[in-house]
Amino acid sequence: MAADTGDDSGNGNRSAEEAALSARLKRLGERLDQHKGPSRPAEAPSGSKSDPSALARGFRLSTELVAGVLVGAFIGWALDKWLGTSPWGMIVFLLLGFAAGVINVMRAAGVSSGPGITR
Amino acid sequence: MADPIHQFEIHNLVPLGSIGGHEIAFTNSALYMAIVVVGIAALLVGGSSARALVPGRMQSVAELSYEFVADTINSTAGKEGMKFFPFVFSIFMFVLVANVVGLIPYTFTVTSHIIITAALALLVFLTVLVYGFYKHGLHFFNLFVPKGIPIYILPLIVFIEVLSFLSRPISHSVRLFANMLAGHITLKVFASFITLLGGLGIFGIFGATLPLAMVVALTALEILVAFLQAYVFAILTCIYLNDAIHPGH
Repeated sequence: MAADTGDDSGNGNRSAEEAALSARLKRLGERLDQHKGPSRPAEAPSGSKSDPSALARGFRLSTELVAGVLVGAFIGWALDKWLGTSPWGMIVFLLLGFAAGVINVMRAAGVSSGPGITR
Repeated sequence: MADPIHQFEIHNLVPLGSIGGHEIAFTNSALYMAIVVVGIAALLVGGSSARALVPGRMQSVAELSYEFVADTINSTAGKEGMKFFPFVFSIFMFVLVANVVGLIPYTFTVTSHIIITAALALLVFLTVLVYGFYKHGLHFFNLFVPKGIPIYILPLIVFIEVLSFLSRPISHSVRLFANMLAGHITLKVFASFITLLGGLGIFGIFGATLPLAMVVALTALEILVAFLQAYVFAILTCIYLNDAIHPGH
């Protein structure tokens, strides 16, 4: 390739060479991706299946929502009994408890970060 | 049909008298708690007595359990969490061994009673509260005040955060209790199907192989659940302690 290059046309030739090199790199990258492609999905499920933290997270989700609703219902019921505001305390705190339960689930699932995102 | 709840009944083994009208006795639950604690102590004392460079079986198990809990704490609560290592390790080992001992037929499952799991969860909850206020004082309340929230919805968010915080010991205790209770009841019900079908003659015996296979599969699942619930209990303890150590995050 470099045999017929003159000094005067060196500049244009070098850019052509670079283009050829980048094309080869791209092809190599594609072939590497192809090579890696089938093996990567085969590895990922087996890795995640034996991962205890994923199963643990799944078990966490089941009770987080229920706990939030229960606490809200209990606080509302207790406030109603104490202040005689039935049924408003129950209604308000049940809704708040539901919101707290949803936040619990989102945190357990890792969608939202913990309380106080920044210091 | 055998009563599936019978296995959870509390019996008095040694009556110790009464305090304020309440009977105090050494029950089967207390017996199994003692067995669990003695078993853990035997494992760890036996495992650490050899101090071999190449660990034997007992030492391997003891070292593995240490490293597992230490890794869990380090990954969730960081280096500062390691000062709670004895606490988390005790809870993890107690729950794990209690779950596993409960899987042996004719034994009593300590963690299938909500009073036990609630006591453990409240212990964690109160530790978080006491340590949080001791370490950070009133800054601990920052836990309930997320930054970057518009001021007009802040009161609502604080209410929700407080409720979310209060719901922790409930979900913490109910999860372990419900998993153990439901698992043991399911095992018992399917096992009783075997005897019921087996009494129906030759076809019944063929039919009884189905619940038998189910019981074998469920036992394997229950062993997994026993380990997993202990792990979940420990990792949640770490996450809650992390809030006490760094309430700003």
